[in-house]
Amino acid sequence: MSNVTLKVNGQTHTLDIEPATPLLYVLRNDLGLQGPRFGCGLGQCGACTVIINGAAVRSCITPTSSVKSEITTLEGLASNGKLHPLQQAWIDEQVPQCGFCQNGQILTAKVMLDKNPHPTDAQIRESMNATLCRCMSYGRVQAAIKRAAKVPA
Amino acid sequence: MSVFDSRRGFLKSAGMLVVSFGVRGANAQSNAAAQGPGPYPDPDFHQLDSWIVIHENNTATFYVGKTDLGQGTGTGFRQLMSDELDIAFERTTCIMGSTDITVDQVGSGGSTAMERDSWPMRRVAAEARRVLLEMASGRLGVPVDQLTVSDAVITVKGDASKRVTYGELIAGKKFHVTLTGANVNAVTGQAKTKSVPELKYTGQSPQRDDIPGKVDGSLKWAVDVKLPGMVHARNVKPPFACAKLMGIDEASVKSLPGFIKVVSKGNYVAVVCEREEQAIRAARQLKTTWEKPSAAPFPASEDLFNYMRAATPTSPGRPTVSGDPDAAYAAAVKTIEAEYEVPFQGHTAFAGAHATADPSNGQMTVYSNDMKSYGMRRGVATFLGMPQDRVRVVWMQGPQGFGRTAAEDAGCEAAWIAREIGRPVRMQWMRDEETAWDTKSPAFLVKMRGGLDSEGRLVAYDYNARSCDFNHLGYNEPDTVLIAQLMGSRRARPAAGSAATPSDMYAIPNRKMTGEVVGLSSIWETPLRTGNLRDPNGPQSTFAAESFIDEAAAAAKSDPLEFRMKLIEAGTGDDDGFRRARSMAVLKAAAEAYGWDSRPSPRPVGKGNILTGRGIAYSFRGQSVVAEIAEVEVNRQTGHVWAKRLVCAHDCGLVVNPEGLRHTVECGTLHGLSRAIHEEVRFDTEKVTSLDWFSHPTLRHADVPERIDIVLVNGDPNPKRPDLPPYGAGEASLKPMMAAIGNAIHDATGVRIRRVPFRDDRVLAALKAAGV
Repeated sequence: MSNVTLKVNGQTHTLDIEPATPLLYVLRNDLGLQGPRFGCGLGQCGACTVIINGAAVRSCITPTSSVKSEITTLEGLASNGKLHPLQQAWIDEQVPQCGFCQNGQILTAKVMLDKNPHPTDAQIRESMNATLCRCMSYGRVQAAIKRAAKVPA
Repeated sequence: MSVFDSRRGFLKSAGMLVVSFGVRGANAQSNAAAQGPGPYPDPDFHQLDSWIVIHENNTATFYVGKTDLGQGTGTGFRQLMSDELDIAFERTTCIMGSTDITVDQVGSGGSTAMERDSWPMRRVAAEARRVLLEMASGRLGVPVDQLTVSDAVITVKGDASKRVTYGELIAGKKFHVTLTGANVNAVTGQAKTKSVPELKYTGQSPQRDDIPGKVDGSLKWAVDVKLPGMVHARNVKPPFACAKLMGIDEASVKSLPGFIKVVSKGNYVAVVCEREEQAIRAARQLKTTWEKPSAAPFPASEDLFNYMRAATPTSPGRPTVSGDPDAAYAAAVKTIEAEYEVPFQGHTAFAGAHATADPSNGQMTVYSNDMKSYGMRRGVATFLGMPQDRVRVVWMQGPQGFGRTAAEDAGCEAAWIAREIGRPVRMQWMRDEETAWDTKSPAFLVKMRGGLDSEGRLVAYDYNARSCDFNHLGYNEPDTVLIAQLMGSRRARPAAGSAATPSDMYAIPNRKMTGEVVGLSSIWETPLRTGNLRDPNGPQSTFAAESFIDEAAAAAKSDPLEFRMKLIEAGTGDDDGFRRARSMAVLKAAAEAYGWDSRPSPRPVGKGNILTGRGIAYSFRGQSVVAEIAEVEVNRQTGHVWAKRLVCAHDCGLVVNPEGLRHTVECGTLHGLSRAIHEEVRFDTEKVTSLDWFSHPTLRHADVPERIDIVLVNGDPNPKRPDLPPYGAGEASLKPMMAAIGNAIHDATGVRIRRVPFRDDRVLAALKAAGV
């Protein structure tokens, strides 16, 4: 065990943990966050996604000690009490079925749009292809991304 | 104040509570609190107060014994109940599926939410309205027929100044109305429900109330439950089926940080640690020794269908015969035969089974996403030998349902371990564990035969199915749940399983249909456990039946749509549920939406790398009927199949929420596509070898069609059925998809592939074998 300092959604936390602990369990069990979830523990599905340095990171296979920059989770997406345009698009398009994967869908989409604000259909499919959904809400996810891409930043 | 306090306490302060959670019922439901002293008796479904609470601010909370797996049933119940109660939809909330505060309506399954379970809800809401009108009559001093009600406000006709609200009449009090009816499905008061034209919210599309919490991270899921003193458990599964535990080397994990205990009984083993990642590590590191069974428990997946062909059925089929098939085959000018294969397919839920159990105060509370929470409660109580009123299951959201969470495992495991160690326990299955050991939909082998007369009409038809389904698992049964199997407490007589026959309206004069069940050599303590997966036999039986109808159409050189239409039109008379007319309506609607041009299949094989074709298939699921058209592109170099377009014409009777229905149908259609092109359980002779998202793949973003048309045929203006009731919609759209894709591949390539999934290597091999 040792002290690890993490900045998450604008807040700094110092925690006494085993440094190799996958980030997912620290976010969920030490910081009480519910956005990132365990889906596979293998980095295959995307349920545990967080954003670090502008990249979508699979927190289930990321050692906590390796994180040196601020972490943004689904809870940190809204600002000043206003949902992020992607979150609003998710509601407008009524995207989720069960919703368990949507943390990964939304955050992966955000990283994509931050880099490429007006993606083509093919780019959306490619960028999102490793983010899985077992309810098969894919069509709606893609529609919501296109809707959000039209909203002025 | 927690909603988990006793119902009496809840009623007392209900007016305050509703303000605190507004319309976000799902979140209010999940604020886990320390467990009270219990007990948790069953809410009495014969009491109106068990179903509806009206608050001082003139809002209402509905309590229903169902769970909503994200298909919007909770929103639909609110629409129907708001209509019957005459209260604005926005002023209502719905609490679902927690065994101590909602009546036992079983939970979810079988697409029964609207078809069956919404009826008692509607009747009790209508009864509440009737009782409130009577109370208002007394309060306002005018007969009931002089009163009118709108949005929970009762006024005297012609004098709107004389008014009283529902809240003023009943808030803080109880209805004390006893309902009648032999069981929960038959529950009724004196009031009659409204006719369809009188329904105001029903037929509209209010947004689902669970979605905001699912996109802003605020929803508390079953995986999020945290309790004081809670510890984490992980299973140590046998490394192969039917393994006997010979030893546990506790020293291999004893010095690990956070280690608390290895718990074991029979062949069941789990480790408990303070932290989640510690439990994961300890479960991986624990050294155990196991003895192999004397004989292989099952054939390898590549030998499964040969095994099924040779096996002796555990349930011999009882053929359903109409007409005289033998004579018809003798007179037929052409006979065709074909055999179809559907492998085991996994639920592969997006996250593994999970539950958190609290053993404090002599009670047992299980926080779970079990879609049949009431079944889990009975199962846990019996498994632990506890009185049922000491056990409750608090239902919370989780990764989809589709049947796996009815045959759930983690609830009994968490509860047993919690009692063993006397602390709240959170159990979760790992990815490889879930993909290997979850319940599977039964594999099917279907032999079909048909006879065509000189005019190309299908006059004789044999359907002979074998499903590998012996010992089909029920719902948290204390003698079939996996922990019970591993502990050696199992039932004497396994469930028979089933092999369904197809459901269509083809007027084939001579038919013989048989469904037989076979079993694997070992049926206990094996990962090849069958259970209900979203329309348990439907996709398999329909793959065979609707591929075969296409083969018959091709043999008759007929357009596959017209061939089907003629078979349906050849029927006579009307029927229960207007099945004939509705069959034709969905086929026609699908064809129109697609722009179907009449021609026989297959089309002449194209010259390019990409071959394009279209296929159609149709089926009933219960009284819901679906026709689907797929347009595929087949890459002849790689064998890759892409469904470029899908059309689903869907009729499930009365539509409660069109947008919600569209969502469910769209996702169901794509789930059908996933099973058609990707999903298959692979195994050697002792264990499942498909363990993750690469070895048991699922549909991905890139697989999604360019265009999906969902056509809701419901509300067809046929004057004979203006008041068609709601039928099921959760599963029907999966049923024809495998056949539609297979028929489209045949249309594109001329190659008939009678085995799903249509993975690249299988399709490529079939194309090569056919010289395409």
